[in-house]
Amino acid sequence: MHVVIIGNGIAGVTAARHIRKLSDARITLISAETDSFFSRTALMYIYMGHLTFDQTKPYEESFWGKNRIDRVRGYVQQVLPEQKSLELADGRTMGYDTLILATGSRPNKFGWPGQDLDGVQGLYSYQDLELLERYAPDNKTCHRAVIVGGGLIGIELAEMLRSREIPVTFLVRESSFWNGVLPKGESEMINEHIREHHIDLRLGTNLKEILADASGRARAVVTDTGETIDCNLVGLTAGVSPNIGFLKGSGIELDKGVLVSRYLETNIRDVYAIGDCAQQREPIGRRRPVEAVWYTGRMMGETVAQTICGNRREYAPGHWFNSAKFLDIEYQTYGWVFPERSRGEEEQHFHWRHPKDLVCLTLAYNGSSGLFLGLNTFGMRMRHEVLDRWLREGRSATHVVAHLREALFDPELYRHPVAQIQAAYQLQNQPVS
Amino acid sequence: MTTPQSMSLAGGPPKSLNTAQRLWLFTGFAGLFILLLATFGIAFPNSGLWLSSSLFAILVSVIGFSHASYGTHPEGIKNNGVWFKSVSGRGIWAWGLGILLTGFYVVLYFYPEYLGLVSGGDNQGLIAFFDPLSRALSGNPASQWFVYGALYTLAILAFGIKFIWKYRHNRYQILRTLSVMFFQLAFAFLIPEIMARLNGDLPYYDLKNIWPLNYYNFERYRINAFISSGNLGLAMLLFGIASTLVITPILTYFFGKRWYCSWVCGCGGLAETAGDPFRHLSDKSTFAWKVERWVIHSVLVFVVLMTTAVIYSYLGPDNSKYWLSRGQLLFGVGALLTLVFAWVMVFKRQELRKDAKVGAIAYFVVIMGLILLHTTSDGQQLFLFKSETLRKTYSFLIGSVFSGVIGTGFYPIFGSRVWCRFGCPMAAILGLQQRLFSRFRITTNGGQCISCGNCSAYCEMGIDVRAYAQKGQNVVRASCVGCGICSAVCPRGVLRLENGPLKDRINPREILLGNDVDLMDFLGKSPR
Repeated sequence: MHVVIIGNGIAGVTAARHIRKLSDARITLISAETDSFFSRTALMYIYMGHLTFDQTKPYEESFWGKNRIDRVRGYVQQVLPEQKSLELADGRTMGYDTLILATGSRPNKFGWPGQDLDGVQGLYSYQDLELLERYAPDNKTCHRAVIVGGGLIGIELAEMLRSREIPVTFLVRESSFWNGVLPKGESEMINEHIREHHIDLRLGTNLKEILADASGRARAVVTDTGETIDCNLVGLTAGVSPNIGFLKGSGIELDKGVLVSRYLETNIRDVYAIGDCAQQREPIGRRRPVEAVWYTGRMMGETVAQTICGNRREYAPGHWFNSAKFLDIEYQTYGWVFPERSRGEEEQHFHWRHPKDLVCLTLAYNGSSGLFLGLNTFGMRMRHEVLDRWLREGRSATHVVAHLREALFDPELYRHPVAQIQAAYQLQNQPVS
Repeated sequence: MTTPQSMSLAGGPPKSLNTAQRLWLFTGFAGLFILLLATFGIAFPNSGLWLSSSLFAILVSVIGFSHASYGTHPEGIKNNGVWFKSVSGRGIWAWGLGILLTGFYVVLYFYPEYLGLVSGGDNQGLIAFFDPLSRALSGNPASQWFVYGALYTLAILAFGIKFIWKYRHNRYQILRTLSVMFFQLAFAFLIPEIMARLNGDLPYYDLKNIWPLNYYNFERYRINAFISSGNLGLAMLLFGIASTLVITPILTYFFGKRWYCSWVCGCGGLAETAGDPFRHLSDKSTFAWKVERWVIHSVLVFVVLMTTAVIYSYLGPDNSKYWLSRGQLLFGVGALLTLVFAWVMVFKRQELRKDAKVGAIAYFVVIMGLILLHTTSDGQQLFLFKSETLRKTYSFLIGSVFSGVIGTGFYPIFGSRVWCRFGCPMAAILGLQQRLFSRFRITTNGGQCISCGNCSAYCEMGIDVRAYAQKGQNVVRASCVGCGICSAVCPRGVLRLENGPLKDRINPREILLGNDVDLMDFLGKSPR
């Protein structure tokens, strides 16, 4: 059996590793981006000088030979499912018995005038990093950067540019940073922290147009408030969407992403899709149909390997979790905590913020049954195992607060504000008398 | 190693220093310049004052520099530009500093006369410059070791403050650094000097310096000095033996080797403070790991042989000279080694990798063979060599060249823990205990790892922490000194240093937490 995997990100590589564990299949990993698997989430640290590119590679070079995973550098132009073969941009063709699509995402562009100018870019791939080194190597070449889109990549790009002392203006469509995901208190704390890092945060502001200089390079942006902001770099970080352009006309059914069943199968036999590029036909719980997250990519890789190696399994992820870092503030989430605008009627929140430090948490629970639904923490590390167990066991919010100490994962010798949190929780939940 | 510097097409990130940093750097160099002048024989009038101002200028400059670097930014991880800066990115300043440090160690160990040491006369130069401080503490004139000790302590104190500033958001790092600063200042520097003043017959003894790091502790002149110094001397001798055989194993069982290596030890103290800007330079390859295991355990075998031989050489055939006879010594050493070896093979065989087993068997056979060889011969030498030759070779190769010249001199090139990782026999013993019999581990937080590589990059011991974290597996490694930086630099809160039960301490996993619970169970149960 020859398994070909398009894409050497976390989803594709995890699938390859697990297929190797379970079988003797011939495995080929194709990538147009890099020869070796690297951690996409670590791209920022290369630009910031924390890591070298080599240090972002999770496996040594010898790993691939030892595990008999062939790597091919090339861009797949066309998939021909009838012939079970692929066509590469350089004219090579390759046959497969099983094909896994793990092609990831590409940055969104919403038809802004000037969005394809030089000096306008997203931050997703290794090539994006190279572009950034060209257009924003330092604050002499780049006097100001404007970032459009207030999500996780936007704030990372802002942090990167600030590490080289480049002035940054950060245009955020929403009235508060990432408040489509974060509840109000948390989102506001991040607003403060962004400004503390001398980032010019413009809330409720949209990009209207990017202006070019004579050489076709971005020189300024115009916002919907009518302001023109001079800049040498425009970062487009308004989300990502599946990277599936090359599949059009292949017969593989597409929507936003590659449509897959719960078994990660596409409409065509022996073709699977995993990671950012896959779109679930049936929703899984409250998860979005396309989940562009490191962890879900990995989990789909783990699952699809079972199916391909004869143990057909549904993709059935456990309780939702995620994490991120906003400049200096670490964020973790377990279960579901929805922001005001998408919160159901039953979902209630207990929010606590440290009086001095940038530390807060939000606990979501069912208002009538008291069932624990989820927890967001900022500046506090929690133990995944314990929170996952509480969610599985259907514990109450009161139980979670009472046992919060068991779930702490901060380094030893830290002072924990558990008692303050518990007191605040009791105060909020006192019967009205 | 490729550095991202080459990616820069037009200019580069800010590498230059700000005005305040330059100012403080100048102050520090002024302090060093005074020391340099003294080294070249410039006689300062009122040298006590000049010495104080020089040391003070160095201390203040490091503190000021730290403030200029970290004080103006919000608290958090401060690794911006680490690979871009010449001094921390193996640039020209790094090589320059490395050569300077190495040169200093060569002079210190092998040519102390260039520092002004005069045997049988008054000191000159740099050593004489430190006389006022030495006389104030112990009443004696300075030696090259006093100068070294004073500068070493100054470095740990000054760069300790810098480290605390850098990690001011992290209480584990603050307390740990205060601890190494305290042990260096009190135990390594002040107490031995003061003890020398109170009781001149006692050997110089840094109580936290434990055999086999302190490989000379049981040499004849020290044993005689201990025994002839009454109850205090005897207590110190017994403490020295107990440190190795009783205190160390107990503490390591509860806390891992970190209680020593990154909270108490002087070598560790320097690496953690002055060496902190170089921690990312350690080699993370599996090849380096292999070399590490062979080299450090060879040093351990060497020091055991050498110490046994040295003690053997001055013991008598019976108990008339010392309370231990030659035969008893050899029997004791052999019995202890056999006991440890048998215990490991019986209880921990499953946990050891193949090469560890090979190594253990080979070394055990070597030691036992050599001891047997002796019992059939009857000369003034143990094993195949003269004990004095062994001692001198060890002292030169391991005690001086490895720990000093390479270990510290090469900080800016190979990272800050070369000695601790490849050479220190104490770390080897503690490491074996930590790997086989300790509650310590670094716990991985379920499925939260994103394989970014910060943990591995900033591990000064060259452990590929990420290899464990991305498998959801606890890090249980002999070499881990528990500095806690992997946990600090992790952007997703994945790593935590912990002491916990031995059960499930080593926990290989197929599927990480967060995926299908049934699948995790299914693979967890299937035999592999």
